[in-house]
Amino acid sequence: MKTKTVVSTTINGGPVEFLCEPRQTLLEVLRNTLGLTGTKEGCSNGNCGACTVLMDGQPVVSCLVLAVEAEGAELRTIEGVACAGHLDDVQQAFLEGAALQCGICTPGFIMQTETLLEHNSTPTEDEIRFHLAGNLCRCTGYDKIVRAVQAAAAKRQAASQK
Amino acid sequence: MHAFDYQAPRKLADAITQLSQLNGSARPLAGGTDLIDQMRVGRLAPQTVIDVKKLPELNVLQADDTGLRLGAAVPCYRIYGNEQIVKHYSALADSCHIIGGVQIQSRASVGGNLCNSGPAADSTPSLIALGGVCVIAGPQGTREVAAEAFCVGPGKNVLQPGELLVEIRFPAARPYSGSHYRRFIPRNEMDIAVVGVGAAVELDPSGKTIVSARIGLGAVAPTPLYAEAASQMLAGQEVNETTLQQAADAAKAIISPITDMRGTREYRIHVTGVLVQRVLQAAVQRARGETIDYRPGR
Ligand SMILES: Cc1cc2nc3c(=O)[nH]c(=O)nc-3n(C[C@H](O)[C@H](O)[C@H](O)COP(=O)(O)OP(=O)(O)OC[C@H]3O[C@@H](n4cnc5c(N)ncnc54)[C@H](O)[C@@H]3O)c2cc1C
Ligand code: FES
Ligand code: FES
Repeated sequence: MKTKTVVSTTINGGPVEFLCEPRQTLLEVLRNTLGLTGTKEGCSNGNCGACTVLMDGQPVVSCLVLAVEAEGAELRTIEGVACAGHLDDVQQAFLEGAALQCGICTPGFIMQTETLLEHNSTPTEDEIRFHLAGNLCRCTGYDKIVRAVQAAAAKRQAASQK
Repeated sequence: MHAFDYQAPRKLADAITQLSQLNGSARPLAGGTDLIDQMRVGRLAPQTVIDVKKLPELNVLQADDTGLRLGAAVPCYRIYGNEQIVKHYSALADSCHIIGGVQIQSRASVGGNLCNSGPAADSTPSLIALGGVCVIAGPQGTREVAAEAFCVGPGKNVLQPGELLVEIRFPAARPYSGSHYRRFIPRNEMDIAVVGVGAAVELDPSGKTIVSARIGLGAVAPTPLYAEAASQMLAGQEVNETTLQQAADAAKAIISPITDMRGTREYRIHVTGVLVQRVLQAAVQRARGETIDYRPGR
């Protein structure tokens, strides 16, 4: 009943089981139970996007998902983006373009950008801004973030044409 | 968050039994984008949360020549990802594109939007415009309620304890018909509507005369409204500035908006008139097979 439940998921490609109460959000469990603190907490009410993770391929705000709902789901978090110690194109572009200051919003922006580029390899500025509308940043003023997304898209595009 | 039990039934009958046995102390959970936050801030404290996303009946999404069946728990991204809906039930796709941001759209359902029963809910005017009928299941069986009769006050609706919204059904798309939803917000995206308008029109084959129209209004009364007189006076009329203006005036006559931080009562009345005309015009263009100059977020 109100007792803890075992939840089986796949996180960043590997099987992960955890014990949680129904009242715990996925964000809480990722950070506090599983130590995956790359996913950030901003607002806890779905508005800022800092806690964005991918659930069965779809971007979701993990503060508005109950951890028990993740049973059987495939999750991807910011920890799963870099490959063998190498930053991926989006991370690299954010770093090179100074698209972050305090960095709290960054994991969410990067996860959300990954889903954009997966479906649209050549997004326009309008499309980038619309897709990232659910992610808030109080430091950068967004422009450098948009440029970084454009740079990452261009780099991937160039690599795919080689 | 307070402690609660979690159930995820796989059969509709089980969900109804659980809901009615727990009479009043259980809440259905669809995408959770309203419910989880309401529980977090302590506005709602159900003893049991019943996840309805595993019920096949609530996941139906089927558009064919008999009409559209939209399961109550289907998330927005599946709705605007469906080509038939984009083409034949465009207003619904328009609504789903602007509910929250992309992350919210991954989870938020139209059923949840309707059952949360907010006056400014962005999908409800479209459900009204498209002639949606809510299919409700409960311990006493199944009943149907027109979309415009579902909400009865801010946060209140016709659901009785133990009842669940199963799906929303829409009539088959008619030839020479088109629809649109648009809201006015001070920001470009991620905001609550100052006014929201959904409209659907059917034209005659010449594309000049309106055969029938339906207009739904949001954020201008305690519940979303069907602008019945405005809709009916358009039937048989030629599409022109005067007729659209008259419909807009008739729509303005039935609203009772409030003044709040998003706008005054007078402002909302004015914006309603402007939006009704623009949305009707866009629905007419779509009915003529033209593409409209509209991009969400601008
Ligand atoms: C950041 C953010 C932005 C948002 N932006 C918008 C916006 O632009 N426009 C807008 O309209 N809304 C917006 N919302 C509100 C919310 O996302 C929508 O109302 C959404 O459609 C709710 O759907 P859900 O599936 O998440 O519902 P849930 O939260 O799961 O449920 C909502 C309510 O309905 C009940 N319920 C759900 N399903 C059923 C059912 N089948 N039968 C009976 N009762 C049921 C629940 O018990 C609950 O009370 C926003 C929310 C957030 C967090
Ligand atoms: S912490 Fe989840 S959206 Fe802000
Ligand atoms: S870098 Fe500080 S919030 Fe974005």
